[in-house]
Amino acid sequence: MSTTATERSRRDPSRLLRGGVLHTISIVVGLSVVVPIIFGVLGGFKDNGQLFTNPFGLPDPWLPGNYLDALGSTPFWQQASNSLVIALASTAIVVLIGAMAAYIFARYAFPGRELLFMLFAIGLMFPFAVAILPLFVLLRELNLLDNPLGVILPQAAFGLPITIVILRSFFRGIPAEVEESAVLDGCGPFRFFWRILLPMSRPALGTVSVLAVVGSWNNYLLPLIVFNDSRWWTLPLGVQQFQSQYSADTARILAYVTLAMLPSLVFYALAERQLISGLTSGIGKG
Amino acid sequence: MLTDERRPAPAEPRPPVVAAPRRRRPWPTVVAFVSPALVLFALLVLTPIVVAAYASFFNWNGFGKPTAFVGLENFRRLLVDQVFVGDLRRALLLVVLSLAIQLPVSLALAMLVNQPLRGRRFYRMLFFAPYVLSEVVTAVLFTMIFSPNQGLANHITRLVGLGDLGATWLADPDTVMYSLFVVISWKYFGFHTILFLAGRQAIPSELHDAAAIDGAGPWQAFRHITLPLLGPTIRLCVFLSVLGTIQLFDMVWVLTAGGPIRSSETLAVTMFQEGFKRFHVGYASAISMVIFLISLTFGLLYQRFVLRRDLEGAVTTIGDQR
Repeated sequence: MSTTATERSRRDPSRLLRGGVLHTISIVVGLSVVVPIIFGVLGGFKDNGQLFTNPFGLPDPWLPGNYLDALGSTPFWQQASNSLVIALASTAIVVLIGAMAAYIFARYAFPGRELLFMLFAIGLMFPFAVAILPLFVLLRELNLLDNPLGVILPQAAFGLPITIVILRSFFRGIPAEVEESAVLDGCGPFRFFWRILLPMSRPALGTVSVLAVVGSWNNYLLPLIVFNDSRWWTLPLGVQQFQSQYSADTARILAYVTLAMLPSLVFYALAERQLISGLTSGIGKG
Repeated sequence: MLTDERRPAPAEPRPPVVAAPRRRRPWPTVVAFVSPALVLFALLVLTPIVVAAYASFFNWNGFGKPTAFVGLENFRRLLVDQVFVGDLRRALLLVVLSLAIQLPVSLALAMLVNQPLRGRRFYRMLFFAPYVLSEVVTAVLFTMIFSPNQGLANHITRLVGLGDLGATWLADPDTVMYSLFVVISWKYFGFHTILFLAGRQAIPSELHDAAAIDGAGPWQAFRHITLPLLGPTIRLCVFLSVLGTIQLFDMVWVLTAGGPIRSSETLAVTMFQEGFKRFHVGYASAISMVIFLISLTFGLLYQRFVLRRDLEGAVTTIGDQR
């Protein structure tokens, strides 16, 4: 069928026209996505005079100064490494303890299991904003303000619902025989979980990890209230601070923003599949 | 999947997986595996929400223990607070705009990149890219774009002959919400497109083949096959749009901080202002409770009456709308 369709599309002028229209729409939409990003990237290479007279075109001359300043500054690298450390730590915690709980919810029968699971699942509807005030008070009492754990632990806690829901459904798909034969061979639950279940679940673990990394990397509200000390600032905080500090110097801000969005875009290019499968999991199963 | 299990046991076959482990004593294992998650969740998610509920009945500055019990006074004040009522009105505006413009456009684009078009994978990747940027980065970028002098937006309007139409994008109370909607749409339309695309691809191709054989045109096929079968995905997108709007904070805080003259504040921004800037923690907690109750009521009702079996799709995506 597909061959006849392509043959027809080559000959039929109305199909050709349709293809042209579809491409045109795609390109226009694609441009509307790309132009703001390119504006940022190129703007970082201009000075403010150029931005005013020539917002669209290529920089003339190219001025790498703003990028070099940012890359040569300690705050940028510190913020990037803070973001990275916090994202990795949050992800490791949420995936490990989420997988442990999901394993039980998928494979063990005990009274109250569904109720407990529902508790976690309903947690998906708890927005961060609702808990942020008491969370702040609590973290202050626990002496976790200006401490990366004050961001890592709540992020892990709020990431549990999505992690558990996705992993439980994946674990359920692993045949019971796998576990039965492991048990017959004298494998205890811890060993089974660590040595067999987790290695078998790499795709699902990849998906939940990517979601956790992106969520942490982009989080703003929690670091905003936890980190007063600029030593701990993450990139979103740094970008916002940079913007208010240099509010008149648009070109400099554009360079900083561009550098801040680069890691996200690279990560997206690498982990697109996991990200999309995580976000669309469940669609079409019903 | 979730809802299936709460129903009083229809004849649905239980997965046999539970049989084997049950022969051993489950409790020590259950406790060992679930307690870390449960402790973290209870301490850092459930406790704060309960505390917020409690604090919303007090006049409290956030230091020491709340002692000045005021009953429902905070909620009564909310009802006559112009800013709060405005927050609700603005949330409604954003939801209506999303449903009327953003979602239909996303749906159309999903149908487009579902066509056998050369480079469609590239287009798809492009459309989705803004979703991975943080709201802060997006907001700072668009602050520059909307800047009155050096910004891109005004150059574009001048270029297409609209003159200084939107010269004050973010600075005018009358236009700020629309500018905000532009930024939200820029960031999130690709996300909805991806969801619609996943829904579209889950429709068995036999249906469209059969319709084509019966002589249905593309519009008829869309209207009578695609659209009805996309129902669950469409409802999911509506649901996520509403939840995302109610909780909107980062983008507004960075773009406008709620201004000018509080004309772009959202519920979360007002809560933040009251709680962290003015130390009206009791009052701010009441706002948190309103956000919570709207999300929860809406979520549960939606799940109960509309989403049904597509819940799992819903719950897996909410996490990223924060």
